Amino acid sequence: MSTNHAELTRFFDLLLTLTRRDIRVRYKQSVMGVLWAVLMPALVVGAGALVRVGAAQLSGTPVGMNDIESIIVRAVAWALFIGAIRFATNSLVGNANLVTKIAFPKEVFPLSAVLSSLFDFAVAAAVALVALPFLGWRPTFEALWALPLVLVLLAFTTGLSLVLSSANLFFRDVKYVVEILLTYAIFFTPVLYEARVLGKWAYIVMFNPVAPVLEGLAAVVVDHRAPDWMWVGYSAAVSVLLLVFGYWLFKQLEGRFAESI
Amino acid sequence: MAAVNQPALSLRGVYKKFTRGERHDSLRDLIPALAKRMLTSMVGPPQLKEQEFWALQDVSFEIGRGETVGIVGHNGAGKSTLLKHLSGLIRPTSGTIDVRGRLSALIEVGAGFHHDLTGRENIFLNGVILGMSRAEVRRKFDEIVAFSGLAEFIDTPVKRYSSGMYARLGFSVAAHMEPDILVIDEVLSVGDMVFQAKGVEKMRQVARSGATVIFVSHNLRAVADLCPRSLLFHRGRLVQDDTTSAVIRSYMEQVKLNRSHATDAEVVIESVTVRGADKPRFDYTAGEKAWVDIRIKALRDAKRVACVLYLRDDQQYELFHTSTERLGHAPLDLREGETRTVTYELDLHLAAGSFHINSALHRYDINHKYDVMEPAATIFIRTPIDVRGAANLYPKVTISAG
Repeated sequence: MSTNHAELTRFFDLLLTLTRRDIRVRYKQSVMGVLWAVLMPALVVGAGALVRVGAAQLSGTPVGMNDIESIIVRAVAWALFIGAIRFATNSLVGNANLVTKIAFPKEVFPLSAVLSSLFDFAVAAAVALVALPFLGWRPTFEALWALPLVLVLLAFTTGLSLVLSSANLFFRDVKYVVEILLTYAIFFTPVLYEARVLGKWAYIVMFNPVAPVLEGLAAVVVDHRAPDWMWVGYSAAVSVLLLVFGYWLFKQLEGRFAESI
Repeated sequence: MAAVNQPALSLRGVYKKFTRGERHDSLRDLIPALAKRMLTSMVGPPQLKEQEFWALQDVSFEIGRGETVGIVGHNGAGKSTLLKHLSGLIRPTSGTIDVRGRLSALIEVGAGFHHDLTGRENIFLNGVILGMSRAEVRRKFDEIVAFSGLAEFIDTPVKRYSSGMYARLGFSVAAHMEPDILVIDEVLSVGDMVFQAKGVEKMRQVARSGATVIFVSHNLRAVADLCPRSLLFHRGRLVQDDTTSAVIRSYMEQVKLNRSHATDAEVVIESVTVRGADKPRFDYTAGEKAWVDIRIKALRDAKRVACVLYLRDDQQYELFHTSTERLGHAPLDLREGETRTVTYELDLHLAAGSFHINSALHRYDINHKYDVMEPAATIFIRTPIDVRGAANLYPKVTISAG
């Protein structure tokens, strides 16, 4: 029993150390420091605001502060998803010298990539919490639903990270495919727009498991109402299944990592 | 203490299969290959199965607690594959490996060092990666820094370190692990000479403290120094498990067996033997005499043959070179079937280390190489005084006031 405990301690020590490494390196290398975490969501918010203004011109309805708040909330969560997937996909290949030379549970690499992106998310979320009140936003208890929604997003992101990191180890061009998909995924996810603008076709984007989370976050934080539980439940179910499958797949392939990388 | 009789490490019938040849490591290659395979399996004859080979074949051995064992073999003998199995990086195709205790593999110094992080941050990173807990690293931190001698640079990013400093920091972290079983692969050759001596001393300490040490190296001298027992691998098989000196002797024999010369050579080197005054041996004390007998045989008529002798160190740097012609002997004209034995008498004014003796048959006027045997033999030099490098200048030193 004591060896199990020791192994668990070792695993968390490793996870913590690798995560700290990723965070330190990222914040050290960029002159902008903490701005790193804010830049990406800020760009998305800028793009979203532009889209909204364009839509407002066409429809004749003015852009409300609510719309901008909604984009901020969506953009911060979207940045977590994009950042984590991007770092995690390359996490095994990028640490090839450790994967081939030192034996420990290899899931620490994608997991630490997700965790370090979660740190960026925390920074961005903190900045958003400071910025939102200036737009007239007031916190309510409904906003606490954001925590389980982020957990669902994390489960989905982690599951996908486990699959993509091992896929990229065997097929090096997976990261290019992922890069392209991530670039265009923003059009298939309600980040810059709300799912309801699609009218009766809204359910098509909602099949993307990230969509109900973003819609839900906007609902609980900005509109102070409960999310659409049916879609959140769908997203949670898919996320848990993907997490279980991703972990299973990763463990199946792990033994071949060192000789295949 | 009940487990005291259990070996630290045991392998039983370990096999490892590797696939040689075509591997698809991108989707771009895989998708057309799959399409092709589907097509050919529908219309054409089945394709040959990809080539497979045994990287390890029926390997069984035990290493007792506290033993220090060397692993010797040529490139491709399976040493690295074996190490990767021991440290759990890859799994055998069949057979069992039992490791009892905490095993640390020192396969690369400074594994996981990140260039942008400081020495301090890298000590934690590397320590945890090698298997220490953060608490353990914190406890040993001062000791590690002191051992590395890099205290004043500890908050500098390691990308500003020299390669020697980098290696010293890496080795210092590794040396402060307290494993039950330590696997070392070619890492003692880091840092400057003073640090190397410190490293070897530290390894001895680890071995003395009761840890099991498995040492893999091309540096036979270091193996002979550290390990009483050695395992010899050849093409994935364990071929000998004996005292290190016996294993090294077989290893030398292998060098000769492995050799093949061009079949159209007119004259070839049949054997090279290094001996003391009386019998063949491979360890010498600096300043001793050694004789090298080179037996050559003409397979066809050969003209103007000169016999070359040269010496290289472990880094393949040529330290010494001469030939019968350079020493004033007329080139030999040999008829088919004729043999000669060329004997060189050498004064071994060398520093401590291993040196590779090589031989070649050369025709100088048309610059033609008949045959080369490299390495033909390896000798070890011991020195009573601590001198390093290649040449031995037999130093005496005095320090006077003023």
